[in-house]
Amino acid sequence: MQSLFEKIWASHVVAPETDDTPAVLYVDLHLLHEVTTPQAFDLLRERGLSVRRPDKCLATLDHSTPTVPVKTLKDLDIVSEPSAAKQVRQMEKNCKDFGIELRGFESRERGIVHVMGPELGATQPGATIVCGDSHTSTHGAFGALAFGIGTTEVGHVLATQCLLQRKPKTLAINIEGRLPADVTAKDLILKIIGTIGVGGGTGHVIEYRGSAIRALSMEQRMTVCNMSIEAGARAGMIAPDDTTYEYMAGRPLAPQGKAWDAAVARWRALPTDGGAKFDREVTIDVSRLRPMVTFGTNPGMVIPIDERVPEGDDPAFRKALAYMKVEAGKPLLGQPVDVVFIGSCTNGRLSDIREAARILRGRHVAKHVRLLVVPGSEDVKRQAEAEGLDEVVRAAGGEWREPGCSMCIGMNGDTVPSGKLSVSTSNRNFEGRQGSGARTVLASPLTAAAAAVSGTIVDPRELVS
Amino acid sequence: MEPITQIRSRTVVLANDDIDTDQIIPARFLTTTTKEGLGKHLFAEWRYEKDGRERTEFALNKPESRGAAVLVGGHNFGCGSSREHAPWALLDFGIRAVVSTAIADIFRSNSLKNGLLPIIVDAASHRWLVENPGAPVAIDLATSTLEMNGKRVTFPIDRFSRYCLMNGIDQLGFLLEQDAAIRSYEQAHA
Repeated sequence: MQSLFEKIWASHVVAPETDDTPAVLYVDLHLLHEVTTPQAFDLLRERGLSVRRPDKCLATLDHSTPTVPVKTLKDLDIVSEPSAAKQVRQMEKNCKDFGIELRGFESRERGIVHVMGPELGATQPGATIVCGDSHTSTHGAFGALAFGIGTTEVGHVLATQCLLQRKPKTLAINIEGRLPADVTAKDLILKIIGTIGVGGGTGHVIEYRGSAIRALSMEQRMTVCNMSIEAGARAGMIAPDDTTYEYMAGRPLAPQGKAWDAAVARWRALPTDGGAKFDREVTIDVSRLRPMVTFGTNPGMVIPIDERVPEGDDPAFRKALAYMKVEAGKPLLGQPVDVVFIGSCTNGRLSDIREAARILRGRHVAKHVRLLVVPGSEDVKRQAEAEGLDEVVRAAGGEWREPGCSMCIGMNGDTVPSGKLSVSTSNRNFEGRQGSGARTVLASPLTAAAAAVSGTIVDPRELVS
Repeated sequence: MEPITQIRSRTVVLANDDIDTDQIIPARFLTTTTKEGLGKHLFAEWRYEKDGRERTEFALNKPESRGAAVLVGGHNFGCGSSREHAPWALLDFGIRAVVSTAIADIFRSNSLKNGLLPIIVDAASHRWLVENPGAPVAIDLATSTLEMNGKRVTFPIDRFSRYCLMNGIDQLGFLLEQDAAIRSYEQAHA
């Protein structure tokens, strides 16, 4: 009797682990972006190595890429910092030199790496997927084993298509009950992180299970798995089911025709067997969950939107409150907001923009608030525009931008000014994450859009009809 | 990579829990395409005033911390982003070992591949180290021990990583030697 994780692990072992050596694990899909790969390609050059399987690489530009229109690389010099432009150019060169197809500025498929993989159908159940990016856990939503690696390991995968790994432990998180109306997957994962803590998943692969997880759409499942790393977990995964197959069917890189039927038959054997054992198990009931917001400087410092900031004596806790300029015992509701960011690999998909539009439609962003809506990919952008969502954003006084990581990471020209408060649909509220001195409140697209039109932190359920 | 056998140094202490890699090196410094020269950006937000002067009260800036090669950090050190720039920056600054009660997975893996020792100790030993900044410590990799306060504590490290670190060899060589096994795996799964 095996868990989903154990099945995938076992089927990818090239050489088993021993006391002296880790397992050699085969990688099915290697996602690449411009920030964590240049030194890996240099390693290949130094050693005179080639890329073993360019056909298993999926490369894009997202992190240091501007979200103002760039049609060609030449435009970069006008809109980007010289070092960011150089990094993007280096990515073009590296992909060309090593025979990897790059979904660059001219591609209709470019996007944030964790938005692009699933929408192309490259992300598949039962696969091992890695990327030099901690939010690679997103792809676990499809029942894949997907995790972030460092740049040295990017080099290992480029050269050998394999990684050296010790087998992690398993953690089952059972989510029971039914999510109340207008309480979202983002609120759910923030609740999970608040419950087990930012180090609660260290050394473990999480499998999210239970009735509330089964009821989620694929985009919602991706939001949940995306933030597994914020609980310290190696990966997060959800068993594939009909929701998964419906999402995947017909996508360009998914199997087609008879191969599709055979693949689905294979994937149906992946879910955890009844009676399989996990190293740890946690159960959370979400039937009374409320919208969640962070008040501190890590994603585990989180409260229901209508509660007060808790008390704490720990020096790191007090430092976090001082940085955020919030007081213990006081609510976050009513806090003035300067910037609202809707986007990222956590919440930059079509359904997220639709959610925000439910609030923005017919309303206007509060004076002094800057609203940035950044689609997660070219495809998300096209679909949103086809539905007129870009017009909803613009009519509300928000900025509709080009796809990229944008204000989630603040290394592409999009930053929150020092001292300003941002309500953000991204994944990290670390000090300075969105810009030096920026203060970040993590929330769902609904809560973020509600903050944009109210100019303060507000319960979005008061604004949705 | 230089072989590591022993490290003797005073400690520098950053006791807060959950120090993330965005603090170790902020994202705006990640537009580099090399590994070199990142030490000057280490803990940039905490280390420097807005005008670029060093903050005198920050632990790494104190005169007694200069040259310390062992950083004692709070629980869950190195959480967050997978950026390998974090160990690169620590090493470039002169840190050769990080001691904590828990170290985040990806940071730990990245550290081991670059010759930065991630050392997990028990809560009591950690408390003593936090309460005694600047204490002299001696790390012996062959025996996986940390000597402090007149006693020796053992820390966990897998044999493979230890072998690579003690011999100054990177792990890619071992992977490349697996070529036959990789080829047969690929043939079986084509």
